Amino acid sequence: MYQHTILGKVYRFDSLRELLAKASPHRTGDVLAGLSAGSYEERVAAQITLADVLLTDFLNEAVIPYEEDEVTRLIIDNHDAVAFKLVSHLTVGGLRDWLLLDETNTLVLKSIENALTPEMAAAASKIMRNQDLIAVAKKCEVVTKFRNTIGLKGHFATRLQPNHPTDDPRGIAASLLEGLLYGSGDACIGINPATDSPAAVLKIIMLIDQLREQFEIPTQSCVLSHITTTLELVNKGAPIDLCFQSIAGTQKANASFGISLSLLEEAYEATLSLNRGTVGNNVMYFETGQGSCLSANAHYGVDQQTCEARAYAVAKKFKPLLVNSVVGFIGPEYLYDGKQITRAALEDHFCGKLLGLPMGVDICYTNHAEADQDDMDNLLTLLGVAGCNFIMGIPGSDDIMLNYQSTSFHDALYLRKVLGLKPAPEFEAWLLRQGIMDEHGNPAKGGPEALLNKTNSLWLK
Amino acid sequence: MSFLKEFTQARIAIGATGTSIPTAQSLDFKLAHAHARDAVYSVMDAELLADELMQFNLPVVHLHSQATSREQYLQRPDLGRLLNELSINRLADQVENNGIVLILADGLSATAINQNAVELLRLLIPKLLAAKVKLAPLCLVEQGRVAIADCIGAELGASLSVILIGERPGLSAADSMGAYLTYQPKPGLTDDSRNCISNIRPEGLPVAVAADKLFYLIQEALSRKISGVALKDNEGLLSHK
Repeated sequence: MYQHTILGKVYRFDSLRELLAKASPHRTGDVLAGLSAGSYEERVAAQITLADVLLTDFLNEAVIPYEEDEVTRLIIDNHDAVAFKLVSHLTVGGLRDWLLLDETNTLVLKSIENALTPEMAAAASKIMRNQDLIAVAKKCEVVTKFRNTIGLKGHFATRLQPNHPTDDPRGIAASLLEGLLYGSGDACIGINPATDSPAAVLKIIMLIDQLREQFEIPTQSCVLSHITTTLELVNKGAPIDLCFQSIAGTQKANASFGISLSLLEEAYEATLSLNRGTVGNNVMYFETGQGSCLSANAHYGVDQQTCEARAYAVAKKFKPLLVNSVVGFIGPEYLYDGKQITRAALEDHFCGKLLGLPMGVDICYTNHAEADQDDMDNLLTLLGVAGCNFIMGIPGSDDIMLNYQSTSFHDALYLRKVLGLKPAPEFEAWLLRQGIMDEHGNPAKGGPEALLNKTNSLWLK
Repeated sequence: MSFLKEFTQARIAIGATGTSIPTAQSLDFKLAHAHARDAVYSVMDAELLADELMQFNLPVVHLHSQATSREQYLQRPDLGRLLNELSINRLADQVENNGIVLILADGLSATAINQNAVELLRLLIPKLLAAKVKLAPLCLVEQGRVAIADCIGAELGASLSVILIGERPGLSAADSMGAYLTYQPKPGLTDDSRNCISNIRPEGLPVAVAADKLFYLIQEALSRKISGVALKDNEGLLSHK
């Protein structure tokens, strides 16, 4: 039981779970779930109360019972008690202050990646302002590798996302080619297939693989099919670089996605065994997003941001190359407007980085959310400052397959220019070699003609 | 790069000014988004629709979900799935006839319903009558979600419900209508109990094709006494028609 008195009014919170939910900044998903604070005052009362909770309390009180949930078991069993000693004396508020200290630098933060549980990270985020979330995340550096190196400070990557509503190879190829010519695609070339049949998915994989081989592009491909489809293809020896799956923060929500930790393990080991990476072997690509547990009716009374942070424990087990919070895709009943989407994205990026994950964000919105391009420009800039590992690259921001708006090829170039960021080093060298970009990151004049001429012999005719 | 444009509707080959999107393209995008936003906040023209529905010689019932405003509708999908008290009373006044109930709901684009729904019914209802399918009163629902058809169907004791509903507007289309069919509708059903025909609009799936598909699905559902995933197995047949 936790409580706090404000002007004679006593606020009681029966559990850590309830305290975390009531301390969450306002968002529609928590209201929909009936978990939100009832007033502004109650929210701050919860935040003041939460600030005084010892981190050790989180090890003694699971928000979802250990016996009932394999994600809780994963979190508790993988907790690094030795590394935790550095911060074990702290409260949640103390943790926030400590994270913001200058002495708590990149190396120190790296040393506590396994010491903090997702719930501790989520708790700290709830009493942090957007500025704090950016300042701490900026200090974290999470580097992953496959055919290139992603996440180095001063670098910023994009997933080239050339989706097509009917998976038409020429349609995909057209967007893909355009994206490459804008310098997009170092995080990966990743396609959401319109159909999940192994044959259809294989066709797209072969298309990207052929292109990648022909032009010796130092990047990795991925078709975002269900993990069982990918596993089937891996077992048949298909050229799978990255294994994709959407994941969530509870066992029950994962079950609704048709996955479990053991299935993820099986797919991870299988993909790893293909040994296709050149500079490293991070082979998993995960997507997450606040609200997925509630949407699957599997949240156990845990607020959506804490559920999201728990998903990062799942991701972490499999040493992913990329983790992408698809923040604004879920819709206004979970994140209503630009303000809520922005806040959630910064929380996700902060929590993921703190826990040692290569966080990227799909900076996006749907047409029934109270958001527009200006909101996305703001969030894009904030995430760039925060050191986000990667974003999406989509022709003109308009994904004609998934029907939502994300970041354009142009957006990534804007961010690189205003913040002086570079693509992944190996990919940047390739862009220069191909004459696509000059050394300042600007499109090279008349450069890619040779590349374009060669594509005529490929699949466009 | 413009030669690539013929292969996709994606916004490729839009050029750049510096590294940014040129003015005309930027405003073109804004206009598409404006159309989508206007569609989300568009209002069902219930009076006009009721007038047009008179041609079918069926009772028309006006209903409303428990979502009292568009803002609430967007934040509380649960309320959009439930009928308000007045609506329940209105349905209680109707005679149960075990027929199929055809429902028009605004969903996320009333524009889609205002523009496409009556035309679809004009093609569908004569087929149903010719096949001697019994029809329940026509229902118009404001601030409705798909599952509100379950409540309506159960209140009327309908054997099957078809709800025509405005789909979430995309940048390429703000007038896209969906049709969801449910056999023996009752509260508590989930989406796997339904069959869906999507993207009904002049530039998408034409109303005439949608009416054919829907008529086929209704007959199949009634004769096999199922809907949803189990009925989906026969979708191959549909595409061969």
